[in-house]
Amino acid sequence: MSASAPSSPDALYAQDRTDQNDPAIRAAQEERLRAVWKPPSGLFLRWTDVNNNRVGVWYTLTAFGFMLFAGILALIMRAQLAVPDNDLVSANTFNQLFTLHGSTMMFLFAVPMFEAVSIILLPQLLGARDLPFPRLSAFGYWSFLIGGVFVTGSIFFDAAPDGGWFMYPPLTTRTDLSGLGADIWMLGLSFIEVSSVAAAVELIVGVLKCRPPGMRLNLMPLYAWYILVVAVMILFAFPPLIAGDVLFEMERLLGWPFFDAAKGGDPLLWQHLFWIFGHPEVYIVFLPSIALFAMLIPTFAQRHLLGYPWIVLAAVGTAFLSFGLWVHHMFATGLPKISLAFFSAASEAVAIPTGVQIFAFIATLWAGKVKWATPLLYAVGSLAIFTIGGLTGVMVAVAPFDWQAHDTYFIVAHLHYVLIGGTLLPLFGGLYYYWPLVTGKKLSDRIGRSAFWVMFVGANLAFFPMHLSGLEGMPRRVFTYPAELGIGGLNLASTLGAFLFAAGVLMICIDLCLSPTRPKAARNPWHAGTLEWLAMPEDEDWGVRSVPLIESRYPIWDQPGFVQKVDEGRYFLPDAEEMRRETIITSVIDARPIQVARLGTPSVIPMITAVALGSVFILTTYHLYWWALAGAIATLACVLTWLWTGTAEIPEKPEKPIGHGITVPLYLSGPSASGWWAMFITMMADATAFSGLVFGYYFFWTIHPDFPPADMPDPGVFWPMAALGLTVIGWAATVAAREIHARGQVSAARALLVLAIAVTLASLAAGLAGPWAAGMQPKTHVYPAIVWTLAIWTSAHAGIGAICQSYTLARSLGGKMTPAYDADVRNISVYMHFLLFTAIVTYLTIGLFPLASGGAAA
Amino acid sequence: MSKRLKHRIRRLDVSLWTLIVPPTVWAVHFLFSYLWAALNCAKVGEFAKFPTLFAVGTVLALLVIAAAGVIAWIQSRMPGDDPPHESGTDVDRLRFIATSTLLLAGLSFVAVIFTATPVLFLTDCR
Repeated sequence: MSASAPSSPDALYAQDRTDQNDPAIRAAQEERLRAVWKPPSGLFLRWTDVNNNRVGVWYTLTAFGFMLFAGILALIMRAQLAVPDNDLVSANTFNQLFTLHGSTMMFLFAVPMFEAVSIILLPQLLGARDLPFPRLSAFGYWSFLIGGVFVTGSIFFDAAPDGGWFMYPPLTTRTDLSGLGADIWMLGLSFIEVSSVAAAVELIVGVLKCRPPGMRLNLMPLYAWYILVVAVMILFAFPPLIAGDVLFEMERLLGWPFFDAAKGGDPLLWQHLFWIFGHPEVYIVFLPSIALFAMLIPTFAQRHLLGYPWIVLAAVGTAFLSFGLWVHHMFATGLPKISLAFFSAASEAVAIPTGVQIFAFIATLWAGKVKWATPLLYAVGSLAIFTIGGLTGVMVAVAPFDWQAHDTYFIVAHLHYVLIGGTLLPLFGGLYYYWPLVTGKKLSDRIGRSAFWVMFVGANLAFFPMHLSGLEGMPRRVFTYPAELGIGGLNLASTLGAFLFAAGVLMICIDLCLSPTRPKAARNPWHAGTLEWLAMPEDEDWGVRSVPLIESRYPIWDQPGFVQKVDEGRYFLPDAEEMRRETIITSVIDARPIQVARLGTPSVIPMITAVALGSVFILTTYHLYWWALAGAIATLACVLTWLWTGTAEIPEKPEKPIGHGITVPLYLSGPSASGWWAMFITMMADATAFSGLVFGYYFFWTIHPDFPPADMPDPGVFWPMAALGLTVIGWAATVAAREIHARGQVSAARALLVLAIAVTLASLAAGLAGPWAAGMQPKTHVYPAIVWTLAIWTSAHAGIGAICQSYTLARSLGGKMTPAYDADVRNISVYMHFLLFTAIVTYLTIGLFPLASGGAAA
Repeated sequence: MSKRLKHRIRRLDVSLWTLIVPPTVWAVHFLFSYLWAALNCAKVGEFAKFPTLFAVGTVLALLVIAAAGVIAWIQSRMPGDDPPHESGTDVDRLRFIATSTLLLAGLSFVAVIFTATPVLFLTDCR
């Protein structure tokens, strides 16, 4: 690979830095960096750390713990099913076991594990000192821990959810059929979804804005491409589930009949919202594991990965197509065949990009000089298992076949082949590959290989017979089966396989436990070519000694003297002169340095915020609404304190040099700033959740011959239009305040903000006034219920908008926002754009749609 | 194709947004198909024997995807340095995004055809 062509302006940066020649200077720099990045110590304070190398490890270990827990639940189930008519556990316990097994594996292991691994790896891969929002990562971790313990712990009180991992109503919405478990599932996992969205924000901004100089889009490690794609998928997949959770809890706690057919609701709406999340979810957990292959296969093939654009095609293509598959989980629900056929077609199409990436990996191995290391064994073995799962997936994507196999063990076999081959074994491969990166020590090849074969045989022995028992008619989620069915032998084989698989996992656990006794390995033990292997075996907390200039996809292989130059601080930002934690922010496409960002330092506030927010969800579960309200107020106070003390800090000087004659600002606002992107991305997720609710409204319209029902009051035209008009004024005043403020007219901007606050609060009241004045009773029918829901959602957002505006006003009055440093007002403008969008959709829908459809229905 | 047109196409901006144009068109077409079928079946009870609206939507989607593909194809052959086009240069970055867009256009084109095919075979709302 040639170095960058002379035409590139990047060549200018690449000149050597003679100012780094003096070892004493370098030692002093290292001393400062070490002091700045020193982790907090002490029995409690150590847990206030926010550095990605600590938080990521906690996150990973916690997710691994949940995986072992869910695995034990599976073993109990397999023990129960080993022989016909067994009575090891009761039917009720069995229901809790399979529900918690699935929910834990999906929500507490697969997704968080991807986030956890990415929090560890991504800054290393991008040559960044940390991700852009370290405290957000810590907040995500604590939310995950609290929510996870809450949900899994319920089984010890015989209160675990028992309605299956997809919680279909009406079984789960009727409080006489399902107990507290359903609330625990909804509220506990909603809380975890919040932490997933937080992680998605962190990872997207990380990939787009924290790349090292020169790492243009075409030089990004493929892992980063996959993470970008998956994080964007989370933004569009999780919010519909959050919307579904909102409706679900409104039904359970308040009796609003969204899924109750007797009052105009429809259980199928839940299935739609769940699977709009649930199917992309499969790819959300699959792609990051494949991403690990994209890193380790070039290392062991000892060559660049073949077909880089093809892999990008595969990742992006899969991400899009995966959103057109959700109804294939609903083939048996009686939708028109033409609808099923669309989803069937998309389900077949998604096999194309999935196949492309597998062929790219095979081609790379074929063209390279393969070293058969343990991680590669896992990679290749899991591809074999995954391919079987993929092929049965193509089978069940054909609707007529699915009608035969639906809700049988054939599906159980299919999904376990996919998830074990597509998520679990790749993660174990990644564990063997990246363990030296995290601990500086290699794991045992002998144990690793043995464990692989035990698991490989175990997985096939456990899950292959399930295809047959399913085709013989064994339904899913039954706690036992009669001997006459003749599937006792197949089930016994499955049970033996499951325990064999568990033995393999146990071997890996033993290997991990032996690790502290082993000596440190060499630096970059696999001789890999990508940036993360700059890490030293003696872990330094600063991430990377100096932020390198990237000219190749495999800089350690291709750029001469690369590692030494990084270590000697000859690239960018080798120092921490002002004793602050810093990293370089670059432009999205071409990664030109545009800012040095000051990063969050260890703080207890993310943890406290997570506890406060967790209390809202947990107290609501037990119907302690006043206490939950107190928790919500505490959460708001925490968030405001966090923002006030930790964000958009005005720097002591406008800019600083980062070496090679480049000077960049210390503060950015608007679309080039990471904070602006975080706001934009968060609001994309919010808008997606909102669209889930709007989908609900129009969904009810399609299933009812007259909707809105002619004999029901509707919110009228006046109040919705008034609310919309007020929102528009509030939006315009905020945007005008931003513009005037930028021109230096601070007082006028403040006055406009005061106006905006008043008008936005008035829009809140007007939004609720419509359904209230009409006397709409949400418990009686789904129409008033969904109208109220839309109005409350929008009004609540107006309330948050008013808080944003007040916060910005306070920042200005407190001297923390000036015309030159105006990130706050620019960020809340983004919020206001989305509020405007929400208000337009809501108020046109609830105010004008009854007129339009009234004509059509008549 | 005229030289001037080619030249102008090569100067078009590319970004992550242009990269996702073809699959976005697929997504819009998919949503359109789903809504078209669901609304017809729920509100009318059937869909037209010769579904003009659906055909127009599908052809439109295919045209947009094809146009994105042609632009990407021309951009991906931008003259510049030697293969394998993996360096950190402007032209290699352009070629990369263009090639990926071209591949996505291919996939999206096929996927739109996949989605449209059932309408040829299914004629009612059962």
